[in-house]
Amino acid sequence: MAGGANLEDLLRELAPQVLGVLVRRHGDFADAEDAVQEALIAAATAWPADGTPDSPLGWLIRVASRRLANIYRRDDARRRREELAASWSAAGPDPAPGRDDTLILMFLCCHPSLTPALAIPLTLRAVGGLATREIAAAFLVPEATMGQRISRAKAKIKASGEPFRLPSAQDRPERLRLVLHVLYLLFNEGYTSSGGPDLARTDLSGEGIRMARAIHAAMPDDPEVTGLLALMLLTDARRPARTGAAGELIPLAEQDRARWDRPLIAEGTGLITAALRRGQVGEYQVQAAIAALHDQADAHDDTDWPQILSLYGLLESMTGNPMVRLNRAVAAAMARGPAAGLELLDGLDDRLGDHHRLHSVRAHLLEQAGDRRAAAGEFRAAAAGATNLRERQYLSTQAARLAGGQESP
Amino acid sequence: MRFMLLQNYGRVESDCPPMSEWSPEDIKAHIAFQQALNAELAELGELVDAQGLAGPEQARFVVSDGAAAPVITDGPFPESKELLAGYRLIDVETVGRALEIAARASASPGPNGVAIQQPIEVREVLSAPDPEL
Repeated sequence: MAGGANLEDLLRELAPQVLGVLVRRHGDFADAEDAVQEALIAAATAWPADGTPDSPLGWLIRVASRRLANIYRRDDARRRREELAASWSAAGPDPAPGRDDTLILMFLCCHPSLTPALAIPLTLRAVGGLATREIAAAFLVPEATMGQRISRAKAKIKASGEPFRLPSAQDRPERLRLVLHVLYLLFNEGYTSSGGPDLARTDLSGEGIRMARAIHAAMPDDPEVTGLLALMLLTDARRPARTGAAGELIPLAEQDRARWDRPLIAEGTGLITAALRRGQVGEYQVQAAIAALHDQADAHDDTDWPQILSLYGLLESMTGNPMVRLNRAVAAAMARGPAAGLELLDGLDDRLGDHHRLHSVRAHLLEQAGDRRAAAGEFRAAAAGATNLRERQYLSTQAARLAGGQESP
Repeated sequence: MRFMLLQNYGRVESDCPPMSEWSPEDIKAHIAFQQALNAELAELGELVDAQGLAGPEQARFVVSDGAAAPVITDGPFPESKELLAGYRLIDVETVGRALEIAARASASPGPNGVAIQQPIEVREVLSAPDPEL
């Protein structure tokens, strides 16, 4: 009766709710999270055999509570009981139990004391309800290594003394910024293709979207939250066209737009349009607006490049990020010709140095400007500094194409 | 970020003799050091893999043109110092951390517990996420 995929979805849905209840009742996030993991594993074994219980949430809470009691009995039982009593009296007033728990967990897991490398796997487990094994597979590390990483993350949160409640109104904007940053990085980690669909590997981009949806449901009025979700949807919509049959990377200019996911584009466009109306523009909204402009164009040349150029200008002034200048240079070249783009790259050497992305953008613009020899040299320099294998293969191929005097593909 | 930390059989800065000439206690201490370092990295969630490779005497080089029978060359090799002795594959947050771990590996103990000062080759693995081009 409890099917494979449905059971997994149900358990993942319930995981943060169970964790929320346990942390509220018993106070220790790290131990409660271990107990919930054990309960989820127990359910994954028992329910297919015995059938899904009438109250799956109640079942998980009971089993997780029992596991937690065992953990406390195994450890120093008296000290834990004393800590429990102390934590109950120190706990602040609860907001609506359950509804905010997923949100509280997200703030907790994206705590300022954690680097993203620790926050991401912890969030995937505690909020996303993924098993350690699945998270390990997604990051290509052994399960034990990932387990240790998550334990370290939890130890840091414990050391921080962070209570289980929403950050204060004063702290919330900065804390929210951290959550969105972690989710954005998580989403971008998803682009590690292996030359074809690998169903056994966790889809990190999908997980990023899932969590962005959850935070959007909890905070529907925050325009940057909406902006981030829109950005993810509009970017993921292009995924089917990004890799070729042999696993090679296909640049935006050459993607088969018929393969783009139109429903995702419609949803993302709707979200960003609504968010921008609030008039509180932020980084993710600007990036989403740019993505929407790309996704609305039938062809690369039909894209509203002047508008994209202006949006990158806005984004650069908001963030001061030199990488944004690179994208702006590409847009400038499309809107005003390659010389305009190349001019924007001047001065970036000081800030970016020998960065492979600077070389690859310069290469692209030099080719547009007709200087094939210089472009080939820049593609070679970019390939030498690349940190992604498929990207390096693409760059080497471009260098070879230009050096060989062939026509553009 | 992933890095390979590679060590070969070449000359080491401390000029210490090959392990075949060490005392059993020194060999044992060296092995314990390597195992402890691996355990520490595993505990920190940074160790992906660590292996020692069979000695250079057992190495073979294989060359083939895809048509004729491959040419297989057994040792001993005059350039055996360039052969790989072992590697660690680590997953860390910064280049600095990779270098820090390499320094620890380089200082593994030799005879009388003196640091070997083995050169460790640090190479980033091309494992960054795909960009959108």
